[in-house]
Amino acid sequence: MSHLLEVNHLQTHFKTPDGILRAVNGVSFTVDAGETLAIVGESGSGKSVTSMSILGLVSDPGKVVGGEILFEGKNLLRLTKKEYRNMRGKAISVIFQEPMTSLNPIFTVGFQISEVLRTHYKLNRKAAKQRAIEMLDTVGIANAEKVYARYPHQLSGGMRQRVMIAIALVCQPKLLIADEPTTALDVTIQAQILELIQKLAKEQNTGVILITHDLGVVAEMADKVAVMYGGEIVEHASVEQIFHRPSHPYTQGLLASLPKIHEDEQRLYSLPGTVPNLLESSEGCTFAPRCKFASEACLQSKPRLALQGEQHWVSCLKAEEVRG
Amino acid sequence: MGQYLVRMLLQVVPVMFLISIIVFVLVHVTGDPVNLMLPETATEEDREILRAALGLDQPLYQQYFVYIKNVLQGDFGNSFHYGEPALPLVLERLPATFELAAVAMLIGIVIAVPCGMISAVKRNTVLDVIISFLSVIGKAMPNFWMGIMLILLFSVSLGLFPVSGRGGVEHIVLPAFTIGIGLAAQMTRLIRSNMLEILSQDYIRTARSKGLREVLVVGRHAFRNGLIPVVTIMSLQFTSLIGGTLVTETVFAWPGLGQLLVTSVNMRDMAVVQAAVFIIALVVIVCNMLTDVVYRYLDPRIKYN
Ligand SMILES: Nc1ncnc2c1ncn2[C@@H]1O[C@H](COP(=O)(O)OP(=O)(O)OP(=O)(O)O)[C@@H](O)[C@H]1O
Ligand SMILES: [Mg+2]
Repeated sequence: MSHLLEVNHLQTHFKTPDGILRAVNGVSFTVDAGETLAIVGESGSGKSVTSMSILGLVSDPGKVVGGEILFEGKNLLRLTKKEYRNMRGKAISVIFQEPMTSLNPIFTVGFQISEVLRTHYKLNRKAAKQRAIEMLDTVGIANAEKVYARYPHQLSGGMRQRVMIAIALVCQPKLLIADEPTTALDVTIQAQILELIQKLAKEQNTGVILITHDLGVVAEMADKVAVMYGGEIVEHASVEQIFHRPSHPYTQGLLASLPKIHEDEQRLYSLPGTVPNLLESSEGCTFAPRCKFASEACLQSKPRLALQGEQHWVSCLKAEEVRG
Repeated sequence: MGQYLVRMLLQVVPVMFLISIIVFVLVHVTGDPVNLMLPETATEEDREILRAALGLDQPLYQQYFVYIKNVLQGDFGNSFHYGEPALPLVLERLPATFELAAVAMLIGIVIAVPCGMISAVKRNTVLDVIISFLSVIGKAMPNFWMGIMLILLFSVSLGLFPVSGRGGVEHIVLPAFTIGIGLAAQMTRLIRSNMLEILSQDYIRTARSKGLREVLVVGRHAFRNGLIPVVTIMSLQFTSLIGGTLVTETVFAWPGLGQLLVTSVNMRDMAVVQAAVFIIALVVIVCNMLTDVVYRYLDPRIKYN
């Protein structure tokens, strides 16, 4: 069976004054319908650039320079601009991190939901409005009809993120990319929003790419996890495998940095060492300089993602030793 | 909205009152008009008689009360120079100034909006560089020079437009372009930088992610947001044109307010100066009110309170 989304050796580079920045450097993963893939990794590891690449929205000075993005078997990178545009918002949608700024301040939320409907379907104003109000209702907004005529600044952050979800899901996309959809929200609202995304995705059998810093969220929502480091995926496995048999030293580091007792403070910032310099292409493993298992061999040759058990991919020369 | 307008009007009255005081005081402390009105051979006695006749021997505050009472009845006194009531003299010039300011503004907008948008959307391309280059030149050229060049080229050499004066459409083309080109240059740069900022906003990314055509992303989602700060600048420029197209008016012998104001100041024709400043202030205030209304229309985040 072919996957809903299959990303192979994706490379997205930025031309900067200091040289070529390899933000995404040979990333591969798959997402099936109804499945949630979590992408985790430090800030700057290339998670957002990966999602923008899938959407075809990498803008200057960035460019997808290699690999393929197969969506229902079709390579998105071969689409014309118009074909790509027709997929966005309809077959592939996205929810961004910043609900406060992601809605246009001068249009009503109703207009902004109707707009995506009318872009992709031949709907008249009234039908679009009807559908948009239903959608506001679906995302749990009380008084949907009233809220339809509100401007974003009149809504709370949580409400706005619900509106963003409405915009993203109103055309029933097959793939939803949620790029840290709750980072900017209150803890209590976070859970509600995530539940909502999960519920709607299950109902519509949507494949979800969930980008997050929060391993608690990963445990709760994901079926599979891809761990990104320095523009590469270093480990890719089911959520059980990642939590119970982490086989890459970086993944282990992430898990070890979790405070065990306070569940809401599971953040990924406290790993020793610095983020790799994406401007230099290293000979060996990108993580080696921070790795306590690293040997001479790790600095010499780049490891590739290799199968270490069922659907468990690890890019580490010493995976077996690491897993212990 | 209605309430809001009433509140605005209530603000106008004290402002105008203040302006009338300031203008009155300034004009009276800067020199004695009697010296200008009488020949050099006049005796001190003659001067006293004229001062008394004009009420200039009274204390300043009394003069002001008389003055403001008359002003409220639309009487700004007579012009020393023209020997006519001052207000009609000023109002007579207003249409010419308005006409020039409005047409110049229109030219500025018609050039600047597309140029600024194109420059931003196609930033760092050849087109952007050309537009930026032209707008630097446009901004650097002084109005009097631009005016003279336009006259030399289009009137003297090509004979397309009259050299000076006010009359039909053909008369306004050159003076309006003289001012309009400068305005366009300035606004182009402003619109460009505004649009660049808007285009990097998160909601533009959202608009793209919805599958909108780029024309709509720019024209619908970016344009109106980018317009908001531009409106302020346009209104500022328009109001400054009402009082200050003097250079252009002089080059083209355009019978506008600026010319009248400056000659009256030179001759200490107080009544005319006061009437002119008063009217200009009124126009500026009305313009600002209109700007505010446009602002509110463009940006729903501003409330009426
Ligand atoms: N427009 C751009 N120009 C130059 N470099 C960029 C640009 N956008 C992203 N990058 C670089 O690409 C790398 C990956 O960025 P990305 O935004 O994907 O990180 P991320 O994993 O999403 O981080 P975060 O968790 O902070 O969101 C970073 O080093 C970033 O500096
Ligand atoms: Mg990111």
